[in-house]
Formats: sequence, structure tokens, C-alpha cells
Amino acid sequence: MAVKSVVEAVREGMFEEMRRDSGVFVLGEDVGKRGGVFLATQGLCEEFGEDRVIDTPLAEASIVGIALGAAMKGLRPIAEIQFSDFVWPAANQLIGEAARARYGSNGALSVPMVVRIPYGGGIHGGLYHSQNVEVPFFHTPGLKVVAPATPYDAKGLLKSAIRDNDPVVFLEHKKTYRLVRGEVPEEEYVLPIGKAEVKRSGEDVTLVTYGLMLHYCLEAANTLAQEGTSVEVVDLRSLRPLDKETILESVKRTGKALIVHEDNLTGGVGAEVAAVVAQEAFDYLDGPVTRLCGPDIPTMPYAPTLEDAYMPNADGIAKALRDLAAY
Amino acid sequence: MARTGGKAPASEGIPAKHEALALTGEDVVVLYRQMVLARTLDERIWMLNRQGKVPIAASSQGHEGAELGSLLAADKDGDCFLFPYYRSLALKVSAGLTPLQTMLSFMGKVGDPYSGGRQFPLQGADLPNRLIQLSNVVGAGLTQAVGYALACKMQGERTVVLSYFGDGASSQGECHEAMNFAGVHQVPVVFICENNRYAISVPVARQMAIDNVADRAASYGFPGFVVNGMDPFDVYEATREAISHARDQGPVLLDMKVERYMPHTTDDDDRRYRSAEEVEEGRRRDPIDLLQSYLLEGNMLTPEQDGEIRAHALREVNAATDDAEAAPYPDPSTVYDHVYQG
Repeated sequence: MAVKSVVEAVREGMFEEMRRDSGVFVLGEDVGKRGGVFLATQGLCEEFGEDRVIDTPLAEASIVGIALGAAMKGLRPIAEIQFSDFVWPAANQLIGEAARARYGSNGALSVPMVVRIPYGGGIHGGLYHSQNVEVPFFHTPGLKVVAPATPYDAKGLLKSAIRDNDPVVFLEHKKTYRLVRGEVPEEEYVLPIGKAEVKRSGEDVTLVTYGLMLHYCLEAANTLAQEGTSVEVVDLRSLRPLDKETILESVKRTGKALIVHEDNLTGGVGAEVAAVVAQEAFDYLDGPVTRLCGPDIPTMPYAPTLEDAYMPNADGIAKALRDLAAY
Repeated sequence: MARTGGKAPASEGIPAKHEALALTGEDVVVLYRQMVLARTLDERIWMLNRQGKVPIAASSQGHEGAELGSLLAADKDGDCFLFPYYRSLALKVSAGLTPLQTMLSFMGKVGDPYSGGRQFPLQGADLPNRLIQLSNVVGAGLTQAVGYALACKMQGERTVVLSYFGDGASSQGECHEAMNFAGVHQVPVVFICENNRYAISVPVARQMAIDNVADRAASYGFPGFVVNGMDPFDVYEATREAISHARDQGPVLLDMKVERYMPHTTDDDDRRYRSAEEVEEGRRRDPIDLLQSYLLEGNMLTPEQDGEIRAHALREVNAATDDAEAAPYPDPSTVYDHVYQG
């Protein structure tokens, strides 16, 4: 099996789906000849032409609004928001419009649209190139939210998202783009949206996470294993629908849950996971449901020391795991 | 049709105006019938609101010339898709709904063709009649209309999209974004501003520092025209030409000057911000009166036939009101339906 980076896997997923279905097209800022600022769309314009790889004016609300209109016509647009931090002007089209189209038309309208959003920090992006934007979308019925962490998951889930008849917010962690490499099969495959995956089996503590943090969590779990504590790592992969079954199955076995995400602590995805665990696995718990998340400040700062102070890391996760295991 | 900044031509040539537009007398009678029915429904809905039977309504009284003149052009063209806005009551009704469907929608009953009682009346989608209006966020529908039109073009279809909005929506950033994209990509869309000079209570002079929304078209590289929206013939002609232009040469902006006879919605009280005289002045140019005179003076309609048209509309609206009142509300167990597919 070939080893690929996350951004290569994303690109391959788009190539394959555009070859498979002439209704799939890409639009966004600099996605054409430039190939996107992260080169996720590199080569698409050359193969599929400017009519299917559309460089839009620099205006995010219209990128998503136009994608939504085209999706209601039956095409399958893939809109790229250049950086997650720029998605807010398009928030109404996603949360206010796309998410409600099927419900608000009594099922008459479908929105087979994907909005790809490079997100997250640890890349010296400061307040406007580092944001974690998942929560407003995670909160919104009608949207699906996917946040893969590995090349294999990114490709398989992106292909599913493109084929999905509901709007999908597809979150690609920028730091994983080139840093994370992994095996991706040559043959065709898709992965189901809404299914978490146990990335490491264990018995003492359940660690629930997604995105870049998966890799820090696996590192911490490795450290704990050397100390004699067995940690199970659950990679959510999809945030909405949330795979409660996999989370609960694991926590009921281990009796302990640590939730890790890069996004701010308060009102984050972890809060929902904690609530689900507290309510539906209460009788199995053998310790406090614990969260280790980004602090409640307006995204990670630019200066290296301040950025490091924001980002959860493997050492911090290991410490939280030790504390919980010892409880 | 007058160029940007120009004056709309006064109605003239009665009763030969429709012939010059290649419309038949029957076309004009049908148009009149639609207007009378839409107005009768609109007035009844307002009454039902006051009786507590319809929670909310936005009236299109005074907008019928713009809405139905443009709809006629779309119908005659035969390949248009419509993105109306929240005030397009006459348009939506005349696009193919029965009076009963209309009433079911306003009462939020089973059988509401737009949203099954999930949204404000006549909001959602009426795909059999080729209409979509998703939301109440003004301006948001414009980028969607452009996307829909872009998709039509990409699929090699000849469909032209008519995107309706009010003068208030013209202040939204998405109005600019939609027109800019449409201009760059020569998208087959006709932007139709139903310009009644009020964004709820704020007059047009407090909304824009120019006289006409049409003036903005130049900055997007496509033509814009001021149209007398009170005259369905002028509207028909302007829309017909705009559709043809949009199909072959890209977008057009039509700035249709209309009157809003009623408050913004049933929840508004317009006496707080405009005079009764102003509204009365607008009523002297009622598009229904204009069409009635045109038909009577041109001997295309007798006073008896006119009376029958109005009586028929009233009977239809009465029956629709009764039937809708007797119809059930949606089953509460369906509240989770259609969040996602299947």
C-alpha cells in the first residue's frame, strides 16, 4: 500500500469523485491554477477545466451560497473555504440556509454539498489562521460534520461526503496535511460518516478525541502503556452524527473517560461527549469524566510561547491520563 | 423599458399595448383574473390574521403588477426557474397553487405545498412550479439563485433564473456578492428588485445614496433598468427582454418601482412612519384598476364578466378558507422528519 499525506489523500479523493461523477465540481478562492493555498486542489483544473474548478471572487458567503444553489439543482459542489477563520461570513449560508433546506421544504430539497475547511493551529497562524470552528456546525441539525485525522480516513470520508445528499462540513486539520502520513489503498473504498474508530485498544481509560489531537493522544497512550496503564483511544472521525455507541461501549468497559480536543473547553464537542457519558454510562463510571481542551481564549496566539501555552500536547495528555487512571 | 436613470415610459396606446407585445386579449384577461384572485386571497389572509387564524402574513398588495407581469414573461418563455422572496405572495400563488393550497400554507396545515407547515407561509420550495425560497434572511437567496443558474449553465440547459428581492435586501453584502459573481461568470439570471421604497420603516433615502438600485448594475458589468412596476405590460416587456438577454449574454438587473399598500407584515403598524396620504396616492396607481380599465375600455371584458371574475374569486377564496380551516395540523410525530435524507 502506498504511503500518502493527508493533503494527498484529500486531493486523490476529489480526483476520483470528479472522474466518477460529472456533477462534482470545485469552487473557492485560488483553487484553480494555484491549486489552493495548501495545494489540495492541485492538478484538478488541468484535468477538469475551469468550468469544473472555479476560481471565485474573494467572498465566502457567496462561495457557500452559490454552492448551495447548485446543489439544490442537483450538482455536487465541493466548496473550499481557504482557512477556517474565514468561514464566518458564510456561516449563515451553512447554518441558516443549507442546514435547513431539506427540513424547511418538507423533504423536497436535497443539498449534496461539501464545504471543505482547513482548520486548526500549531502552525504559527495566530488568531486568524488557527481557529477551531467546529462547534456552531456541530450544534446544527441538518449538517454533518466530519473531522478525520489520518490519510486513510480523510480520503474515505471525503468520498462519502461528496456522495452524501446532505450538506457536509469537512474539517481538515492544517497541521496534519503534510505532517501525518499513512497507508492508503490503491483500490476504491469509502468510509461511513457517523462511525468512530477505536485507534488503539485498551482496558483502563477511554480517551475520546479527533483531528490532530488523535496523534498526540496515541503518543500519550504509548507512554502510559510503558507505565503499565492500558488506554483505549477512540477517534470520533465524525462529530455529527456523533457515534455514541462506540464511545459508550468503550467507557462501559474502562469505567473512565478523558476527552481531548484542541478547540476551546467551554461548550465544545467534549462537553456533549461528557454529557452523553454521564447520562448513559453513569452506572459504569469509576472516575470523573474529564476534559483536556484548548483554554478559553480567542484562539491560539501567534508568538511561539503563547501558542505552545494554548495547544494541548502529549505530555499534558499523559499527565491527565495518569491522574484519571489513579483516581 | 428605460435605461438606467431614465424614466419609465407612461402607459400609452390603450388598448393596443398588449398587441404590441404579442399578447392576446385572453392573456390579458388571465392576467387580470390572477391579479384579482391574488388580491382577494391576500385581503382574506389579512382578515384571518386579525381573527387569530393566520399567525403571520406579508402582503404583496401593490406588487402584483411587478410579480405577475414578470411571471407572465417567465411562463411565455417556458424555461425559467424562480427564486422569489418573502413578499412574493401573488407570484407564488399564480405560479400554480390552488387557493386551498395557499390557505393551508398560511394556516400551517397538512398540505402546505412549500414546507408542510414548517416555515412561514409559502416559504421553502414548490418544485412542481419551479420555485425555491428558503429563508427570511434577505439577500441570502440571491447567491443561491446565482448558484442554481450557474448549475443550469454547467449542465448545458437554457434555463434562466429570476431572482426576486426587495430594496431592503439590496443593502446586503450578499446582494453585491451575487451580482458580482453573476457578472464575472455571465450567469443566466435576471435580478428583479421589487422596490417599494421601504425596508419595513426605513425609507429608501436612508438605505442608499443613489436614486435607483438599477444604477448599481453598471458596476457589475451588466445592464440595469428602471421599470414601472405598477404596469404589468411594462414589466412583461422588460422581463421578456431581460430573460432573452440573460440566456445569451448574462445577467440583467430590473429595478421595479412598486407601492406597498399594506404594513410590512401583519405585525407591523405603518402609521408610525408614513402618512395615510402617501399610501392613498399609491393606491391611485393600483395595477388591478389599471388592468380593469384597460380591459373594459378595450372591450375585452364587459362589466358583467368583470363582476363574475370578482365573484368567482370570492367564491374560491371562501371555499378555500372553509376547507383549510377544517384541515388538520401536522401530526406532532412528524416533527423529526426531513432533518436528513431517509
